[in-house]
Amino acid sequence: MYQYDEHDQRLLDERVAQFRDQMHRHLAGELSADEFRPLRLQNGLYIQRQAPMFRISVPYGHLASRQLRKLAHLARSYDRGYAHFTTRTNVQFNWPKLEDVPEMLAELATVQMHANQTSGNCIRNITADPFAGVAADEVADPRPFAEILRQWATYNPEFAFLPRKFKIAFNSAAEDRVVLRVYDIGLDLVRNEAGELGFRVLVGGGLGRTPILGEEIKPFLPWQHLISYCEAILRVYNRWGRRDNLWKARIKILVKALGPEEFGRQVEEEWANGKDGPNTITEAELARVAAHFAPPAYETLPAHDAAFDELLADNKAFATWVKRNVRAHRQPGYAAVVLSLKKTGTAPGDVTAEQMDLIADLADRFSFGEARMLHEQNVALADVRRADLFALWQAARDAGLATPNIGLLTDIICCPGGDFCSLANARSIPVADAIQRRFDDLDYQHDIGEIDLNISGCMNSCGHHHVGHIGILGVDKNDAEWYQVSIGGTQGNGTTLGKVIGPSFAQDEIVGVIEKLLQTYVELRHEDERFIDTVQRVGTEPFKARVYADRQPQRKAAHV
Amino acid sequence: MSDKIIKNGRVVTDDRLTVALAEGEAPADIAVPAGPVLVPLAVWQARRDELLARARSGEVGVWLAAGEDVVALADDLELLQVIGLHFPKFTDGRSYSAATLLRTRHQYRGELRAIGEVLRDQFNYMTRCGFDALQPRAERYSDEQLAAAVASIDDFTEPYQRSVKDPLPLFRRVDRGAGSQVQA
Repeated sequence: MYQYDEHDQRLLDERVAQFRDQMHRHLAGELSADEFRPLRLQNGLYIQRQAPMFRISVPYGHLASRQLRKLAHLARSYDRGYAHFTTRTNVQFNWPKLEDVPEMLAELATVQMHANQTSGNCIRNITADPFAGVAADEVADPRPFAEILRQWATYNPEFAFLPRKFKIAFNSAAEDRVVLRVYDIGLDLVRNEAGELGFRVLVGGGLGRTPILGEEIKPFLPWQHLISYCEAILRVYNRWGRRDNLWKARIKILVKALGPEEFGRQVEEEWANGKDGPNTITEAELARVAAHFAPPAYETLPAHDAAFDELLADNKAFATWVKRNVRAHRQPGYAAVVLSLKKTGTAPGDVTAEQMDLIADLADRFSFGEARMLHEQNVALADVRRADLFALWQAARDAGLATPNIGLLTDIICCPGGDFCSLANARSIPVADAIQRRFDDLDYQHDIGEIDLNISGCMNSCGHHHVGHIGILGVDKNDAEWYQVSIGGTQGNGTTLGKVIGPSFAQDEIVGVIEKLLQTYVELRHEDERFIDTVQRVGTEPFKARVYADRQPQRKAAHV
Repeated sequence: MSDKIIKNGRVVTDDRLTVALAEGEAPADIAVPAGPVLVPLAVWQARRDELLARARSGEVGVWLAAGEDVVALADDLELLQVIGLHFPKFTDGRSYSAATLLRTRHQYRGELRAIGEVLRDQFNYMTRCGFDALQPRAERYSDEQLAAAVASIDDFTEPYQRSVKDPLPLFRRVDRGAGSQVQA
């Protein structure tokens, strides 16, 4: 992964000093709450429902073991012994003290970590395919470009106060593992017919109150122009994006208002001024950054391992875990492993300090000292020898990190919701917990098969409910918590937004609703058909009919 | 009206008045005070001939609101010695792009002044985008605070990206290939 040189480190140290001074001036009354707000947000610091919330950036989800140990240390020293891994591959602490945050930032800086631009109306943490560099279906490694763009975005003076937050993601594989179309800019690293590398550029996607899927504005941008082109997009947005209405300020609204063609034309016009200028990425710079992402020192291993096959045959629990949580690797004899943070009884994405230390140990022992965060709120060890999988499984299982549920019903994406977040309209963790408890039976889950269940506590959609096969959204009605259910959303290739099935439900009804949706699916499914395939084949009506069958048609009656 | 601003990294006394149009006031009708002033774009456009000599001498400058396109001044940049760009809220970042465009695409060489909600925590970003004059709202800072705030201009000493102040990005400014990695 990327290692700081003295320039990166100096900038980060200067940031720590800057924020320390800002906090000092705020506490001394020189910097008002309003003036301090965007400054603290750009340093990851929220004022939340229970306490401040501190959001740490993990660029493209990569964590070195020493960084994990530092997070564990922060959890113990400044919080309540755990952290929360988010859908944006950030790490959140829910109980720090406001005045401790400068010191936490200083500690993070010693391991090349920070909370830069994890909130505020600026370019946020840049994400990338968590299996970049190891996936067999990858065109080229997008991480060097993600890092180059991270540097361009960091403390960028022109774009520090945009109309609204701005999120960028990279992918470069046959399978879209970052959901490119829900980003402000989605960058798909591809090869053109001549075999040259470049980006298919998507703009104007986003979830939230007005979910919109991004549109392609450039089918092929040679990689050298990545910065100048993104600068053109950002400049058009910064100048002409709406600022009068918070809910209409994202770039998706501008792109929609102008139409992707006209927006793309304006970007081209702007880009013509910067194209081929100093922002053109040099071969040398790409090579310098790419060297940080060179493959680790893999051993030459046989693709097949008889001892491993024997373990699989002899141990059903291990085989189940391998089937669900282990992914193919491009290097013979290696595999990528997903550690589940979705054990029933813990909030999705919550990790204790002990678990973080253990993941760090496992990363050191089995995966070249590196772990990766997934937007599904799990953690991957990307470079594990197949021969080590059994030992890894045993160690992970003892720590509660080996639930074989990746991609299944209890692998729920869930925001912190009303228990923590001051934006939330409803709690989401108790809903996830009730669903996990009801469907904890693994045999049943494996029978149901792949299903994405996503829960957001409010319209801001941190739980990505729009793209869940089943999406649950907390809504506020007369100061009470209600839940709206949608089905048919998908992430990845051919991303679609789910459709709301009808009136919302009380919290204690949700498990029953999920049950009915699954029963309907089981009755209607063809062989080997996933829940989402059935929904797409038969439509939402049979599901609606079942869910609302025994409900009084009170709302209809009211209109008569 | 504060009589101190930061100009080229120093606190200096400055008595330039910023003229604003009251609601319903016509640009052609208002009195433009004698002495150094910044007038709104609309006043400049309505009264250009009348104000031309004072503009050439540097006495009259023009300020743009955050939503106004810098192209409106493209033909006058040679004769204007001072241009103000307004920050209606410190979180409104449009004038950063406006400054960048004036300095780069339009090659404006005169004084570029940040006016309105101008906070010391933005001085670094503002100067990197090409502002050489920083004028916080009147009474926002005491003289001592303003003097202390000058240090904020250097919050980041060697930024990653190119900007008006650093026309080359870091990867073209220094040979990072030779840089040793920091041991963590």
